[in-house]
Amino acid sequence: MTWRHGLISGAVLLVVWQIVVSLTDIAPFILPSPSRVAATLWTSRVLILDNAAVTLAEILLGMLLGSLMGMATAVCLTASRPARIVLRPILVFSQAVPVFALAPLLTFWLGYGIGSKIVMTVLIIYFPVASAFFDGLTRTPPGFLDLARTMGASPWSTLFRVRFPAALPSLGTGLRLAAVYAPIGAVIGEWVGASRGLGYLMLLANGRVKTDLLFAAILVLAVMTVCLHFAVDRFARWLSRD
Amino acid sequence: MAVAPAATGCTNMTAAPSLRFRGRARIDGQPLFPDIDLPIAAAKWTCLLGPSGVGKTTILRLIAGLSCAVDFTGQITTSDGHPSMGRVAYMAQSDLLFPWLDVHGNIGLGARLRGERPDQAHMRDVIARTGLADHLRKRPSELSGGQRQRTALARTLMEDRPIILLDEPFSALDARTRAEMQELTVELLAGRTVLLVTHDPAEAARLAHGAHVLMPERLHPIDLPDTPIARAIDDPATIRAQSQMLGVLRQVPA
Repeated sequence: MTWRHGLISGAVLLVVWQIVVSLTDIAPFILPSPSRVAATLWTSRVLILDNAAVTLAEILLGMLLGSLMGMATAVCLTASRPARIVLRPILVFSQAVPVFALAPLLTFWLGYGIGSKIVMTVLIIYFPVASAFFDGLTRTPPGFLDLARTMGASPWSTLFRVRFPAALPSLGTGLRLAAVYAPIGAVIGEWVGASRGLGYLMLLANGRVKTDLLFAAILVLAVMTVCLHFAVDRFARWLSRD
Repeated sequence: MAVAPAATGCTNMTAAPSLRFRGRARIDGQPLFPDIDLPIAAAKWTCLLGPSGVGKTTILRLIAGLSCAVDFTGQITTSDGHPSMGRVAYMAQSDLLFPWLDVHGNIGLGARLRGERPDQAHMRDVIARTGLADHLRKRPSELSGGQRQRTALARTLMEDRPIILLDEPFSALDARTRAEMQELTVELLAGRTVLLVTHDPAEAARLAHGAHVLMPERLHPIDLPDTPIARAIDDPATIRAQSQMLGVLRQVPA
């Protein structure tokens, strides 16, 4: 998919949407027309951008912390057998628990601020990053390891100068998944309890039947997610360049 | 045996020792190869031939001190009494270049992995000898098969080890590049003890001072002409040695 294809299909979708609304005379609070959403997007821009900034900060901080924790976990699992014995079941179990169900608890523990949303995001992306990177770290081509051994490389050097760079393409795969999940984590966190953010704004708009504002918030969230996807994709390509 | 190693490429190498590999190996309780006695002459090229799965690579790995899934009974001795482990450089069929490092980085890999700085004078010398000066900033993916294998050879030379183990390093190359690489490798590894594993009798006849064919029942020594390597492919004595090896490889066990 290129940018141009995306623009074309987006334009077609908008035109069809506008035509359907115009022809069916559907009530604006059920389905607002794209032009009405665009107007709301403009008139409420300060409100939307303020809340979008909060959500974006949650997503980015969650991505950063979750990726670093996932990477650190993968390195520990690779480096130490006791760590594998202790951490691996926790890792699998963390995936078995539906993270969404933890959202109310996180809000209860950490409050309505940005902290509970970041933790939510971290929890949701931690596993894909850790497991993808661990997978890469354990699938180093055996010949590379033989070579390092005959060259007298220490286990530490083998881990960080051979296994680690060889696993970066796998890390890229994990980060691509994380970029898709991170916005979901942040918004779920906001739904459960927040005073700011796009998720909070969506709930607020929905409760007051301001469907146009709801659509505008969803649109901004979608644009943010797509931008994050492209940025991470670019970074992942850079990681696996050769 | 009197040895007069050529000075080529050897900067701080102690005299290359001879090796002797004696023993047998079993894998999952089944014999892989029986008791064999394989002498590897000092500062010479010894070729080990054999059909696939007979344990040639296992012998290389045992000498290199690399892990293998066999049960080995025997010993590997050297003429100077020091273990072979740690004095071995290894070149495989796959060039094993790290895709995230450029040619320069791959050549200096050993020092980098030991946390040392590569010896710059030695490095310049190796780069000049392997003809890689114009490619130093390229990634392995930008190189031809011959250039990749030359980079692997340069990386091996940087290690400056007295014992070199070659596991079919030329078999993935096209015929012309293979002949060129064989000659370059012979030239640059002169003075080192080389064990070359191959399945190609023509290669062994061309490159070996001494050769052995490993068959499941025993090890067959081969007579080779007492001429310098790399020999001409059309030399009658070379062709005779080649057909002798092919004969052993094709014989049906009694």
